Amino acid sequence: MILVWLMAIPFLGGFLCWQGERFGRGFPRWVGMITMTAVLGLSIWLWVVGDYSQTLLNPANPKWVAEFRADWIPRLGISFHLALDGLSLVLIALTGLIGVLAIACSWNEVQRNVGFFHLNLLWNLAGVIGVFLAMDLFLFFFFWEMMLVPMYFLIALWGHNIPGGKGRVFAATKFFIFTQASGLLMLLAILALVFAHYNATGTITFGYPELLEWTRSGAMSAQLEWWLMVGFFVAFAVKMPVVPLHSWLPDAHSQAPTAGSVDLAGILLKTAAYGILRFALPFFPHASQEIAPFAMWLGVAGIIYGAVLSLSQHDVKRFVAYTSVSHMGFILVGIYSGTEQALQGVVMQMLAHGISAGALFILCGEVYERLHTRDMREMGGLWSRLPFLPPIAMFFSAAALGLPGMGNFIGEFLILVGSFPVNPVITIVSTSGLILAAVYSLMMMQRAFFGAPKSEEKLRDLNLREMTTMLSLMALILFMGLYPQPILDVTKATMAGVQVIYATGLQAPAAVAGVLP
Amino acid sequence: MTRNQLLALLPILFSSATVVWVMTAIAIKRHHWWNATFSVVGLNLALLGCVVAYFVSPQIVTPLLIVDSYACLYMAMVLATGLATATLSHAYMEGYEGHKEEVYLLLNLSVLGGLVLVCARHFASFFIGLELLSVPLYGLIGYLVKERRSLEASMKYLVLSAAASAFILFGMALIYSQTGALGFAEIGVAVAAITGGAPYTVMVMGGAMILVGIGFKLSLAPFHLWTPDVYEGAPAPVAAYLATASKVAVMAVLLRFFVEAKAYNYDLLLDVLSALAILSIVIGNLLALLQDNVKRLLAYSSIAHFGYLLVAFISAGQFATEAVGVYLLTYIVTTLAAFGVVTLVSSPYKGHDADVLWDYRSLFWRRPYLTAIMTTCMLSLAGIPMTAGFIGKFYAITAGVEKREWLLLAAVVFGSAVGLYYYLRAMVQMYLRAPWVRKYSAPLDWAQGTGGAMMVALMLLMIVLGIYPQPFISAIQAAGLQ
Repeated sequence: MILVWLMAIPFLGGFLCWQGERFGRGFPRWVGMITMTAVLGLSIWLWVVGDYSQTLLNPANPKWVAEFRADWIPRLGISFHLALDGLSLVLIALTGLIGVLAIACSWNEVQRNVGFFHLNLLWNLAGVIGVFLAMDLFLFFFFWEMMLVPMYFLIALWGHNIPGGKGRVFAATKFFIFTQASGLLMLLAILALVFAHYNATGTITFGYPELLEWTRSGAMSAQLEWWLMVGFFVAFAVKMPVVPLHSWLPDAHSQAPTAGSVDLAGILLKTAAYGILRFALPFFPHASQEIAPFAMWLGVAGIIYGAVLSLSQHDVKRFVAYTSVSHMGFILVGIYSGTEQALQGVVMQMLAHGISAGALFILCGEVYERLHTRDMREMGGLWSRLPFLPPIAMFFSAAALGLPGMGNFIGEFLILVGSFPVNPVITIVSTSGLILAAVYSLMMMQRAFFGAPKSEEKLRDLNLREMTTMLSLMALILFMGLYPQPILDVTKATMAGVQVIYATGLQAPAAVAGVLP
Repeated sequence: MTRNQLLALLPILFSSATVVWVMTAIAIKRHHWWNATFSVVGLNLALLGCVVAYFVSPQIVTPLLIVDSYACLYMAMVLATGLATATLSHAYMEGYEGHKEEVYLLLNLSVLGGLVLVCARHFASFFIGLELLSVPLYGLIGYLVKERRSLEASMKYLVLSAAASAFILFGMALIYSQTGALGFAEIGVAVAAITGGAPYTVMVMGGAMILVGIGFKLSLAPFHLWTPDVYEGAPAPVAAYLATASKVAVMAVLLRFFVEAKAYNYDLLLDVLSALAILSIVIGNLLALLQDNVKRLLAYSSIAHFGYLLVAFISAGQFATEAVGVYLLTYIVTTLAAFGVVTLVSSPYKGHDADVLWDYRSLFWRRPYLTAIMTTCMLSLAGIPMTAGFIGKFYAITAGVEKREWLLLAAVVFGSAVGLYYYLRAMVQMYLRAPWVRKYSAPLDWAQGTGGAMMVALMLLMIVLGIYPQPFISAIQAAGLQ
């Protein structure tokens, strides 16, 4: 039941924010803050009390840490099935944290329709939590699509119209169409999987455990497995984003309000990686192994392409957006290399990138509030005009470039170590991403914060709220970099399970005659 | 005629009585409220009649009509749509200068036609129902006689609809000439005996002509050309009726014909329908991109939606019947609500409808509740989860996947992606702030109260259908065809 609450709290909170606007603008903000803190608190409590050696993917003891199941649409075998294991937990905790940040950073920025803004923000977060918990494919798809609408509104109604850009409505629509169209492909794949299972066994179900058991029995023909994998992969690749499908991301980021960007970079992109780890690899190990070299090269392309393009950005938010593309490339390489170390690295990278990219976007928002520009050519010399903000930006840039001692370093290091035995060439080429990361991060610092100041006028420095969020994020990144073991322990069982299932894909598939559904 | 047969006919009997009653009432004294109330009471009685009919079903009443659970379900849908239209018309017509009362007379006549059509199991009742459904619509579409667009739309519909009816009638004659049968089931038996040669060619001709006529009534591409013009010209509540009840009744009889006459056995027919479906999806969605008029946009969207519906229809079998039912239900609820918002924004009638997208700009600041309803409609039309439209589209895609109609499914995915663009565009217009608009909240005034309450109910229904569709699915499942 606690899982239902994890999802229901932001839903109800969002509703309360919307209706509570009549009590003043502060009310929705406080409600939102309390709501997300409650979610964060609940997830930490779950972290402390749960036994995370349990997961359905653990062959010895296939059991969720917590589970909730109720009939929903029995006609089609759809149930309201939520379940939790280590992977879901850390991502939900991240969602709670990012939610708190997103609300904190829009405290001053958003002044119009505060209630409706928080409704959208909280419903988006609720949808994301739903994605991390859903263990019924219909439910998963339901949440997957449901988180889009609030995000659309966040960008379209509270976004910025950047001069020279195409406008926030354009960006929001592009984001929506990209993800929805690819989502429909996934829906087709889900239905095809369900009907293949139905034709083989005679029971219709969308349940993850049942379908997983069936796919693991090797009853699916190789051809079918291949096509279904493509359906899932495309949907996740668009959301991640993988390079040829990434063009919505810079647009969405540059027009989104700060909270929207934080949300997008911090967790929305992670839902894609989660989807691959939870569904695509376990359901389709053989096809995934076949596509692995291709996917890893796509990841490498993303690493280099994102890094190179970020060098030529003037808009600081587009800059961070392209660095995200680069960092998500590492995640793709790690996932498809499939060793346990690399998968653990993927989890670390997801968390660390969520926090560091979120922090960078918040800093962008803070700079924008003070200078009313996001063009790096107009900044310059901020170091002398602001005492605290530039060093903090320096810290997060260092985190983004993978400086040892920060969480990102652990993530990237584990990914590279884990993927080296699988494919040394790809690993070596990916390593260049670290160098490029140093180049672009320092370049950004140089352009925005050093050099001759454009004006001598001192700017208002960070206030208590901004300072607190930043310091706590810095502490978190350092903690993850210096003592990552607790996080690795929580996700170990799940990642080991994924690794074992994925490795079975290397063996020749059981030769069972199958047909397309 | 037995007692049970009479009971089964109750909806049709009540509906006929309402027509006479409303006509007499108008003749005695013109009074807008009373006439509207009479027709609403009559429609409600007929709806109750459906419940009674359900308990005595199935009943074959004369060779022409059959009242089974399937017919009851669709009769209820047509009646509910008629009720919604009557309610909307009442709000809308308040501001009309001429005679207001005949709207209800024509509406009831048309509903009666819909009921007959839904129960038809014979070409004669099929045609009677179809004409009874369409002919009053000429009057309804051109009801605002002083407005050019309305008259033009009426003429257009008159000419094209008459042509379509002629096609259908000629097609029926051709089929009769070869089979000697008019009942759906008998035709199926007779056609199965024809294997080739001239009789086969004539059969194909006949079938094709009927299909053209049906394609017109359902506004499937390439027979869709009238749709945007007529929807644009028709008074908003009439457009709501036109987009829902008239199409639902035709779809219901088509499905019954396909099942009873075993038309699913003919691959050629299914191929033609597939082509129509793909054309409708592609043309409807692409042309909708260019529209700046909400009514035209909804017209093109309805063309596309019938393309999606055909995907479910083509998939055949028990599940397809269910899928068509679920899709139609979600479509009716959504489309009624969308046209309802257009109606209420334009109500009371003041010379022209508020149908340009610009009229909806910053509606959120003037009519927040209507905006919420319209937002839900647009999301539902686009098929986003938590709304009825998602369940409908999910069912259509599921039916397609079950029968491995990959080409059709590709068209659905393409159409949905394109469709998002114009639905979102229409949706976001309502929230963008026009420079001169002050933020204030105008309550729905009392003349629109019933209409407003109904709209809220429709919105709730949309959300309930989207979140917990199981009860509706069970009902539709119970109303399957054998």
